[in-house]
Amino acid sequence: MVNPAEEIRFQVIWSNLLSIVEEQARALMRTAFSPVVRDSGDLSAALFDRNGRMLAQAQTGTPGHVNSTAAAVPLMLQEIPVDQLEEGDHLITNDPWLASGHLHDITISSPVFLADRLIGFFACTCHQLDIGGRGQGPDAASVFEEGLAIPVLKLIEKGKINGVLMKIIHANVRTPREVEADILSYVAANEASADTLRAALNKLGLTDLEQIGDDIIARSRASMEEEIRKLPNGKARNSITFDCFGVPVDIICNLEISDDELLLDFSGTSDASTRGVNLVYNYTNAYASFGARCIVGPQIPNNSGSLSAVKVEAPLGSILNVERPWPVCARHIIGQLLPDVVMGCLAEIVPERVPAEGAACLWGIQLRGGPEIDGNFEGSGNWGQDRYEVLFFNAGGAGARPQRDGLSATAFPSGVKAMPIEVVENSAPIVVWKKELRPNSAGAGQFRGGFGQSIELSTIDGRPCGLFAMFDRTTIEAKGRAGGANGEVGELYLQFGRQLDPKGLQLIGPNERLCFDLPGGGGFGPADQRDPAMAADDRRAGLLTDDKTSEDE
Amino acid sequence: MADNSIRIGVDVGGTFTDFALATPLGIKTLKLPTTEDAPEHAILQGIGHLLTENKISSQSVDGIVHGTTLATNAIISRTGARTSLLTTEGFRDVLAQGDESRFDQYDINIVKPEPLVPRWRRFGIEERISAEGEILLPLNEALLENVAELLRAEEIESLAIGFLHAHVNASHEQRARERLEELMPSVSISLSSEVSPEIGEYGRFSTTAANAYVQPIMAAYLDRLQNGLTAMDLAAPVFMFLSNGGLSELDTVKKFPIRLVESGPAGGAIFAGNIADDLGEDEILAFDMGGTTAKVCLIDQGIPGRSDSFEMAREHMHRQGSGLPARIPVIDLVEIGSGGGSIAHIDSLSRLHVGPESAGSTPGPACYSRGGDNATVTDADLLLGRLAADDFKDSGINISLEHARNSISDQVGDRLGLDDTAGATAISEMVEEQMAGAAREHAREKGVDLRHRSMVAFGGAAPLHAASVAAKLDIERIIIPEAAGIGSAFGFLQSQAVFEISRSIKMPLTEFDAELFNREFAIISKQARSVVTAAAPDAPIKESRTVAMRYRGQGLSVPVGIECRDLNDTDNDMLLEAFLKSYIAVYHRALDGIDVECVGIGLRVSSVGDTLSAKNVLETAHNKIPPESAVFDLEAGAYVDVPTIARNDLTEGYTFQGPGLIKDYGTTICVPRNYHAVRHDNGHIVLTRQSVDKKG
Repeated sequence: MVNPAEEIRFQVIWSNLLSIVEEQARALMRTAFSPVVRDSGDLSAALFDRNGRMLAQAQTGTPGHVNSTAAAVPLMLQEIPVDQLEEGDHLITNDPWLASGHLHDITISSPVFLADRLIGFFACTCHQLDIGGRGQGPDAASVFEEGLAIPVLKLIEKGKINGVLMKIIHANVRTPREVEADILSYVAANEASADTLRAALNKLGLTDLEQIGDDIIARSRASMEEEIRKLPNGKARNSITFDCFGVPVDIICNLEISDDELLLDFSGTSDASTRGVNLVYNYTNAYASFGARCIVGPQIPNNSGSLSAVKVEAPLGSILNVERPWPVCARHIIGQLLPDVVMGCLAEIVPERVPAEGAACLWGIQLRGGPEIDGNFEGSGNWGQDRYEVLFFNAGGAGARPQRDGLSATAFPSGVKAMPIEVVENSAPIVVWKKELRPNSAGAGQFRGGFGQSIELSTIDGRPCGLFAMFDRTTIEAKGRAGGANGEVGELYLQFGRQLDPKGLQLIGPNERLCFDLPGGGGFGPADQRDPAMAADDRRAGLLTDDKTSEDE
Repeated sequence: MADNSIRIGVDVGGTFTDFALATPLGIKTLKLPTTEDAPEHAILQGIGHLLTENKISSQSVDGIVHGTTLATNAIISRTGARTSLLTTEGFRDVLAQGDESRFDQYDINIVKPEPLVPRWRRFGIEERISAEGEILLPLNEALLENVAELLRAEEIESLAIGFLHAHVNASHEQRARERLEELMPSVSISLSSEVSPEIGEYGRFSTTAANAYVQPIMAAYLDRLQNGLTAMDLAAPVFMFLSNGGLSELDTVKKFPIRLVESGPAGGAIFAGNIADDLGEDEILAFDMGGTTAKVCLIDQGIPGRSDSFEMAREHMHRQGSGLPARIPVIDLVEIGSGGGSIAHIDSLSRLHVGPESAGSTPGPACYSRGGDNATVTDADLLLGRLAADDFKDSGINISLEHARNSISDQVGDRLGLDDTAGATAISEMVEEQMAGAAREHAREKGVDLRHRSMVAFGGAAPLHAASVAAKLDIERIIIPEAAGIGSAFGFLQSQAVFEISRSIKMPLTEFDAELFNREFAIISKQARSVVTAAAPDAPIKESRTVAMRYRGQGLSVPVGIECRDLNDTDNDMLLEAFLKSYIAVYHRALDGIDVECVGIGLRVSSVGDTLSAKNVLETAHNKIPPESAVFDLEAGAYVDVPTIARNDLTEGYTFQGPGLIKDYGTTICVPRNYHAVRHDNGHIVLTRQSVDKKG
C-alpha cells in the first residue's frame, strides 16, 4: 500500500500544476499585442523543473510551439546555466535552432525561486507578426534575411530590463513598441504563474518540484510504455512526395515499435531546400511526436516523460534537420504535414485508430500593404502612414475518422483559432467577400473527409497589396484510408486571371480579387458503405452536388 | 418592495421547481418536481398550494419573480423552433465554422456542436457593409421575395437575421425585417444588431440564432403561464429573472429570451450577495455546490461580477470551447462539473478524476441502491461518516453503505493502492481541489486576492465541503445561510430591476473628449432609466458607470469604474491612473511607452429597495439525530467519534467546536478541526477558523 497522505497530495499538486499553465496561456491571450496570439492562440505555455524537464503544459496553444518549447528550455540552460541565474532574471531568445524553428517566435523562460532556491521555470513561446527582415515567407536565401536574431540573453536581470537589448530590438522591427509591450506581457504572465506556484507549494508544505517532477515524469513515461506495449513490435514505412518550388520533395518516415519506445526515423528524406521551408530538428520533433501522441496515449498529459517514449531522428542536412544558416521562416508548411506522414505509418499497425489525411498546413493569409509594397507615398512622405500587415488563419478539411466524418474547416494538427472576419476587417483595409465551406472538396467514404472552404477578398480601395503565400496540398491530395477517396487539392488564383504560386511573396495589382479554395480531407472506408441518411444530409446541405457524385462513380 | 408586500419567487430547474413566498409574517418555501412538458403546471400548482396553505388570496399577491432553465433545455435537447438564418452572401457557414479549432488538442475523435440552424436553412443574400459602417453593396430587396419562398418551403417558424458589421450599421437588417414581416407575418424575427450588438460574427450570429431558436416556445410558454395565473385570479405583475441578475418585464423577455439562459445560477449569486449585505461583508466568494455542478462567483459590495459572454450546451460536459457561444450580459461565474453526484474514476496514469460526468438522480450514486455502481462524491461523504443513511430518510432513498464502500474500493481504492476509506478521502480531496482550483483561477483572472474574503456556501452539497475548500484558499470565515437549499428562488425575490447597456467609443486617452463621453453617457442613461422605471415605478434609482480601456493594440479591455458625474477634459489623468491600477492588479506589470485608449462606456441602472432577509424563513422540524457520528480521519487512520447536533439546536450565543457535524435539512455542515460554528442572529451559521496558535 502506498502512503495515502502522500499519494493524495501528489494527485492534488499534479492537477494544480496543469491548471496553473492553462491559466498562464489564457493570460497570454488576454494581454498580448500580437494579434495572432491574442485572437488565435498562436502560443505555448509550460512549467519546467530546475533541470529543464517539462512537467506540465497548457492545452491552449499549438503543438509546433509546445513541443519545441519543451526542447528550448534545456537548450537555453546550456547557454546560461542554472548557477548564473538569479531571482528576477528572465531569459529570451528567438534562435530557430534552440527554440521553435523560426525567428518570428519569441521564447521567454523565467526561473522561479522559492526561499532563495531556483526550483524551476515558466516558459512561453509566442508568435510575432513582424520580426524585421523580409516578412514571413519562404523567400529568403538564408536566415540572415529573415529578421532579427536574438541569442539567449537575460532580457531582464534581477528585475532590471536590459536596455541595450531593447534598443536593438526597437531598431530592427517594424512595430517596435508593440513588440516590446508584447515581450513584457510574456514576462508578466510567467511572473504571475510563479506567484501561484509558490503559493500552491507553500500550502502543501513542499519546498521544490523534485519529487513531484520525478513522479509525474515516471508515471507518464510508464503509461506511454504501457500503451506502446499494447502495439505489436514491428516496422512500418510511409512517405509523402510533393512539389516545392518546382522540385519534388520526399518526406519519408520509418516507424519502429520496440517494447517501450516508438522510433520515427526520417532517413531518406530529401535534402534541404534553398528556400525558407526547412525545418530545424526541434520543430520536426515537435510535429512528428505530436502525430504519434494523437494515436498512442492521447489521454496522457504532455510532458518530458510522455515525450521521451517517442524518439525522432532526421538526417542532418535534410529538409527536416537543417544547419545554420539555412532559411527556415515558413517551416510550418512541411511541419504540419508531418503528423499525416507519421500517422500513415501507424495506420499499418492500428488501422482502426488512425484517421485519413487532412488539409494539414493551415492557410494563414498574410497581406502587407502601403508604400513598402506599392511605392505610393501619396505625397505624405510618411512611410508608416498607410502601412498594414494582417495575418488570419483559415483551415481546410480534416481527415475522416474511423468512426466519424472528418471535421470541416478545422485546424489539424495546428491548435490555433480563426479570428472573426469583422475583426480582420477592422485591422486592415481589406474586404473578405466570401468565407464559406467548399462543396465537393471532401474525400468520399463510409465516413467522408471534412470540407475545405473558399475565401475571396480584395483591398477595400482597390490598392495593390503583397501576398505572403505559404500554402500546401495544392499538388498532393489528402489521401483517403481503408478505401476512402482522396480530398480535393487547394488552389489560389485571381478572380479573372492567373493562378497564384502557393509559396512566396507576390504582388497583387490594383482592383484584383484574390480567391482561395482550401483543400478537403480524405475519406475513410468505401463510399458505398456510407449511411444513406448521412449522404442525403450532405446533399440537402448543398455540400455534395450531383456533378461530384457522378464524378465519383 | 416594502416588507409588507406579498411576493412569490419561482425557479424552474431541470429536476425541481423551487418556490419562495414572502409575506409580512415570514418566508415559506416549497420544492416540487418540475413538470417538464408543461412547466407552468408545477408553477400554478405550487403557487396555489402556498396561497391556500397560508390563507392568502390571489388578489393580495403583489408580484411574481420567475426564472427558468426552459430556454437552456430547449437548446441542449434541440427542441426549439424550426429556425432559419438569413446572412450576408458568402458567409452561410459562420455558424458551422466557428473558430475553426478543436477544443481538445490530442483527441482526434471530438465532436463539435451542431449549429442550431442546419445548412439548408441558412441563406445568403446580396448586401455588404464595411467595418466602418459604409454600404459597399446595397441590400438586394428584390431577392427577399425569393427568401420568403424558401422560408415557406422549409416551414420556418422563426428567423434570425445576421449581417456582417450590423452592430455598426443596422440598416440592412432592419430593412430586411420590415420587408419579410410584410411577406410572412407569422414568422418571428430576431436581428443580430438588437440581440447582441457586438463585434465578432460568430458570437453575434450564434447568439441571434439561439434567440430565434427558443423565441416561439418561450413566448408560448409565457403566454400559457400568464393565462393560468389570470385563471387563478392572480393579476400581479410577473417579472422574469435574467442571466445578469436583473429583472425584466415579460414583453422584453419574449423578444430576447436568450437573456434567460443562466438565470438559475444568477439567482444563487444574487442570494449570496444579499447574505453578504446582511452580514456587512464587503467582499465574498459565493460557492454553490449542487448535484451536478459547482459554481463560484466573486461578489463585491453585494454586487456579483458581470461578464458579456457565456457558452451554452457544452458538448463535453463543461469542457471550455465545446459549446455554443452566447454574447449576453451574464453574472460572471465559473461553473465546473463538480457536485455530489460527480463520478470518480482512475485514468491510465493512475490519476484520479472526479466529474465532470454525474450519476444524476437516476441511477444516482452507488449508495442510492438504484442499480448504479459509480463511485461518487456522495458515496465518499457517506463512507467517511459525514452523511448518514438517516439523512436521506425523508427522500425515500434506500441508502446502502456497502454499495458505497464497494464502488469506491473497485473504482478508486484498488487502482491507487489505497483502502476504501483512503480512497474516499482522495475523492473528497480531489473534488475540493478542483473547486478550489476553479476559484483560484477565477480570482487570478480578475486580479483578486481571496484571502481576505468570506465564503457564502449554499446548494445541497456545499456545506459538506465548504470548510475544506475555504481552507485551501486561506479563507477563514464561511457562512452557511438559512434557506440555502432554494437559494435561487430566494435570490429572485431579492433582486432589483436592472438594466445594463454599453456603447463602443474608441478614443486614445491623449485625445480625450469629455463632452463626447458626457453626451453618450446621457443618452444611454436615459434609455436604461426608462426600462428600470417601467419595472419599478416608485423605487429610487442607482446608476453606476464604467469606461473600458486598454493599451492600444491589445485584444481585451479592462473595465474601470468611475464616479457618476460629468467628466471634464482634465479627467484623462484620473482615467489613466484608474486604468493602471486595475491593469497591474490583474496582469502584474504596467507597460511603458504604449498609448492607453478608451474602447467603450458601460452603464448600469438599478432600482433600490428593501431586500428580504433570510432570517424570516419559517423553520420545519428536523429528524432526531444521534449525539455523535463516527467520521474517518486520515491522519489517525481510523474513525473518530465527533459531536453532532441539529441546526435548530445550535442556538444563538452557543459555540460549536469542531471537529463535528451540524445536521441541516437534507445536508450536513462539516465543521473541521480548528473551526468553530456559531449561529448568527439572522439565522445563518458562521464557521470561523481559529488562528494557528490556538491549534492542538
